Amino acid sequence: MDILLAPWPWYVSGPLIALTMALLVLMGKRFGMSSNLRTLCAAAGAGKTSDFFKFDWKAQRWNLLVALGAILGGFLAQHYLSPNDSVAISEATVSKLNALGFKDGGQNYMPETLFGSEVFGNLKTLALLVIGGFLVGFGARYAGGCTSGHAISGLSNLQLPSLIAVIGFFAGGLLMVHVFFPMIF
Amino acid sequence: MKSLFYVLIGVFFGIVLFKSEAASWFRIYEMFQFDSFHMYGIIGSALVLGVVFTQWVKRPGRKSFFGDPIQIAAKEKSISRYAIGGTIFGLGWALAGACPGPIYVLLGSGFWTILIVFFGTLLGTFAYGLLRNRLPH
Repeated sequence: MDILLAPWPWYVSGPLIALTMALLVLMGKRFGMSSNLRTLCAAAGAGKTSDFFKFDWKAQRWNLLVALGAILGGFLAQHYLSPNDSVAISEATVSKLNALGFKDGGQNYMPETLFGSEVFGNLKTLALLVIGGFLVGFGARYAGGCTSGHAISGLSNLQLPSLIAVIGFFAGGLLMVHVFFPMIF
Repeated sequence: MKSLFYVLIGVFFGIVLFKSEAASWFRIYEMFQFDSFHMYGIIGSALVLGVVFTQWVKRPGRKSFFGDPIQIAAKEKSISRYAIGGTIFGLGWALAGACPGPIYVLLGSGFWTILIVFFGTLLGTFAYGLLRNRLPH
């Protein structure tokens, strides 16, 4: 039980993510966590404004069910499998975060600066979170997939387009953390 | 029955993402600082097994659980859409510290502020649908 409650090492987690993909492929589906956002837009009636959302979203119900499961999984992991909220990030990262103004590096699962409840009253942070989400949603559809669809599924299928996308993911991530973070925080 | 299976796969995936700490903003920041092997180990080991599985499952005669042939579609050829779209995604991934899978996981974990990020992802998806025909692909 202690092994389950401790953070799971990469050599356990990685293979279990591969297993998730394998199960979905053997169910006759794909492993991709961002296409459900398109399904949600379609279900909300976005087909009236753009052809991109005009499709039989009910046939994509399965990817909403996987997302629903992930929500439940997050609940179970947080409430029953995690004795505390700390994250075992490296000392080097903690001191870089400190310099940036994030004082709780690794002590919480998510930084208070961005995700604490007082954020609801802070316009700048609200804007940062909306913009972050916007870029994720926009970029994932533009690139035709996210981390699961390109970095895991696409690269597993040795797809050059996925390699280009993943290089883009890292280019964008490095740019944000090393160039924009010092300006933002 | 099938529906239940999809939910269970999602539950499993959600637990793995949370317990591996891949759903933590801090781990994403650490990855982009190259301060730990953790995230690279997760993606790398998933990928090695993923390549083996995908090559196996693509061989003729492989069937799904339900007896249907398995088709894995190739990604359509392009450079610009993957390079530009990927970079935009990466900017958001680092800022929000979460990609779409972890966003759902964090919703379940009770980090309510992630709802704002989730709202942003829907907005971004919708905006892409509106602008798609005017973007280079």
